[in-house]
Amino acid sequence: MASSAATVTPARPRGRASLLQRAFSGDALARALTFLAAATLIVITALLVYELWLGSGESRAKFGFHFLASSTWNPVTEDFGALPFIFGTVVTSALALLIAVPFGVGAAIFLAELAPPKLSDGMTFLIELLAAVPSVIFGLIGIFVLVPALLVIVPPIKDAFGDNPPFFLSGPFYGVSILAAGVVLSIMIAPFIISVSREVLLAVPRDLREAALALGATRWETTWQVVVPYARRGIMGSVFLALARSLGETMAVTMVVGNNPHIVRSLLASGYSIAAIIANEFAEASGVHKSALIELGLVLFALTIVLNGAARLLILATAQKGASR
Amino acid sequence: MSPDAINDISKEASVAPKPPQPAGDAPKLRSTNLNFFYGAFQALHGISLDVNANQVTAFIGPSGCGKSTFLRTLNRMNETIKGTRAEGKILLDSENILEMEVSNLRRRVGMVFQRPNPFPKSIFDNIAYGPRINGMGSRSDMADRVERSLRRAALWDEVKDKLHKSAFDLSGGQQQRLCIARALAVDPEVLLLDEPCSALDPIATAKIEDLLFNIKNNCTVVIVTHNMQQAARIADHTGFFLMGKLMEFDTAEVIFKNPRVKATEDYITGRFG
Amino acid sequence: MKLSFRRKAVNGVMLCLTGVCTVVAVGLLFFILGYLLVQGGASLSWNFFTKLPTPVGEMGGGMANALVGSAKVLLIATCLGVPIGFLAGVYLAEYAGGAFASVIRFITDLLNGVPSIVVGIFAYTIIVATTKQYSTLAGGCALGVMMIPIALRSTEEFLRSVPGSLREGAMALGATKSRTIVSVVIPAAIRGLISGMMLNLARVAGETAPLLFTALDNRFWSPGLNQPTATLPVVIYNYATSPYPELHQLAWAAGFVLLAMVLIINITARSIVASGFSHKTR
Repeated sequence: MASSAATVTPARPRGRASLLQRAFSGDALARALTFLAAATLIVITALLVYELWLGSGESRAKFGFHFLASSTWNPVTEDFGALPFIFGTVVTSALALLIAVPFGVGAAIFLAELAPPKLSDGMTFLIELLAAVPSVIFGLIGIFVLVPALLVIVPPIKDAFGDNPPFFLSGPFYGVSILAAGVVLSIMIAPFIISVSREVLLAVPRDLREAALALGATRWETTWQVVVPYARRGIMGSVFLALARSLGETMAVTMVVGNNPHIVRSLLASGYSIAAIIANEFAEASGVHKSALIELGLVLFALTIVLNGAARLLILATAQKGASR
Repeated sequence: MSPDAINDISKEASVAPKPPQPAGDAPKLRSTNLNFFYGAFQALHGISLDVNANQVTAFIGPSGCGKSTFLRTLNRMNETIKGTRAEGKILLDSENILEMEVSNLRRRVGMVFQRPNPFPKSIFDNIAYGPRINGMGSRSDMADRVERSLRRAALWDEVKDKLHKSAFDLSGGQQQRLCIARALAVDPEVLLLDEPCSALDPIATAKIEDLLFNIKNNCTVVIVTHNMQQAARIADHTGFFLMGKLMEFDTAEVIFKNPRVKATEDYITGRFG
Repeated sequence: MKLSFRRKAVNGVMLCLTGVCTVVAVGLLFFILGYLLVQGGASLSWNFFTKLPTPVGEMGGGMANALVGSAKVLLIATCLGVPIGFLAGVYLAEYAGGAFASVIRFITDLLNGVPSIVVGIFAYTIIVATTKQYSTLAGGCALGVMMIPIALRSTEEFLRSVPGSLREGAMALGATKSRTIVSVVIPAAIRGLISGMMLNLARVAGETAPLLFTALDNRFWSPGLNQPTATLPVVIYNYATSPYPELHQLAWAAGFVLLAMVLIINITARSIVASGFSHKTR
């Protein structure tokens, strides 16, 4: 049937004649314009990394890796170390996760598995609004509501331990503290955990639930032993995303953490975070001081990049598992 | 829109289809040894056939046989898929389709798809879209053009009072006729239909089959269908595709009554496994 | 039998607990809203919107300059962030393919994950350090950079939700690709695109950290774009951390205004998408 004698035109239908036409058509222009925008995005990101690297040069040259291990922060003698801030950032975020993860996953389970769809949608809408509340508002609530409230709640708990409270409850308590920062952060990241986890849970195939229920499992057993394990990686991903957010969160922490550049053992003591020290000192700093602050920014940037990357990978892995079904 | 322009659509429908063009007349479309590839996979193997002007030509065959791929090569819609490639020659009158400027080609060779795909615009704007982007007709005679197209698609009477309502308010069958009207609005020389009735109920299907008889008076119609009865009802010529090859191409009469190829006969009679 | 009872009890208790978690989360929103309404609403007055801040100790100051400052900063941010993000989003949804698309997506995620305070440092080094001037422009650029990745993602998402059959329909009529995008794809996605931009704006409207050392603060009007300016979030921060109760009251009022703005934009944006649902159900 295939007659080999027939003329075979070049494989690409776009001949040479139309190439010129294409170059001047709106198509080429639109493509070039949108490409330019995409390229701008890459340039901006590259520039951001470059500026952080350049700006932190003085500090990196002076302190080297010792910067990460030193706990001195003295603008007068121009001796700077990042450890108290890394410590404060990590501890406040860890505390926030400790509170927000069980709470958030619990709410997500309720919304995805138990609540009737209409109620679930309505509540999810409200929870997403909670996520939209600006952090400075959380700071405001933190200073004027949470801190006074903690001053009422915490001392009795502490007294219950008598003269020898555990190390994380030791020392005097003035309200502004690592604890307050952790609680505020937990309120801020909970909505993220809830809405992302809910979606992950909703993506779990229906027949899995039915299979478990058909075997006589209770509603809770089905959820906890079948659905949640299936969605485990996606939930982990949401937790990582929330952690990355809380590490970089500035205002609410700055307003309630107490701004004390020392490593402290007690949650009741005031501390500091990377973002908070940058917020407080950047505008007035100069020279090595400013450079050290920029290096702190670089450290924070690196921390969040690693966490974000890990979160994306986890969520991607779950999505692929779901897609290959 | 002038009221006296309202013709009785049924009167138009009663006009008997023109007889097939006398033999020897140049075909509207001539495909010569057409090969088509999706990446490394060859979907069409040396397709050669002539499509006569002012006729309905139908392509039938099991799913995945290449009939839709061939249809989509006729206005190069396949190019929107990455990694595809066509070899060979398809003449529209005397120009090679594969070397034409693609927008111009698609203006001349219109297409209607499997599922109705009206734009999220008003009925009027849907029809006017093609003429507008192709710079056809002035603002003033756009209304005439829209009316004419809707009439040709036998939709005018149903929508004339709601031209500025959303096209999504129409039923599925009406939406598909709207898409036919939209394609006709740019005065295409050829109209390609890719299983246009597969998403429609029997009544809507009958309406579309009816209007195809009218359309072919001034337009060449090529239709892909998985429905053999439909092909038998409306086609002047029919081609049977199997595994990317054109097994048989002849008048519908021959294909459905006296197929010469065993595979065609098996398929027509439902013995195809 | 005993086991069965235990299982039932666990079931009931855990289900209740998850419900409590949800109610607490939703309750927090209402608590914050209510508290701001009570605290802030009481301190709101006509002066708040029309007057400049007064020196501490004098009564009756307002935040007119911060409101205008915020509006200017957000305008600059939108002009910078939305076009770049939107066009790049179009590129990603309609043109890009393969490795380069993955690179852009990766970079977008990267930029989106940058803490806002770090974006502030970036804007400082690029603009404040070179112009030797804290300015409205620097603040706007900082927020603009934050808007780019969000604008890109929402644009890409909404353009992708437009069915491919519409693109085919337009191209089959002889429309070029760019024409198809402009005249069919974007109009089909317009509700989503607009609401995406509104949510984007609402998100950066509350950002404080990137403004602290770019727009800085200003007790007076800030004409033009090259002077430090007060903005609502920064003023809230400064007043809330000051020792004066009357400034605290103003901070509550400003917080209430800011939150109301952000929530109204959010709700409007979400209802725009919801009301346009008929496009998708087809």
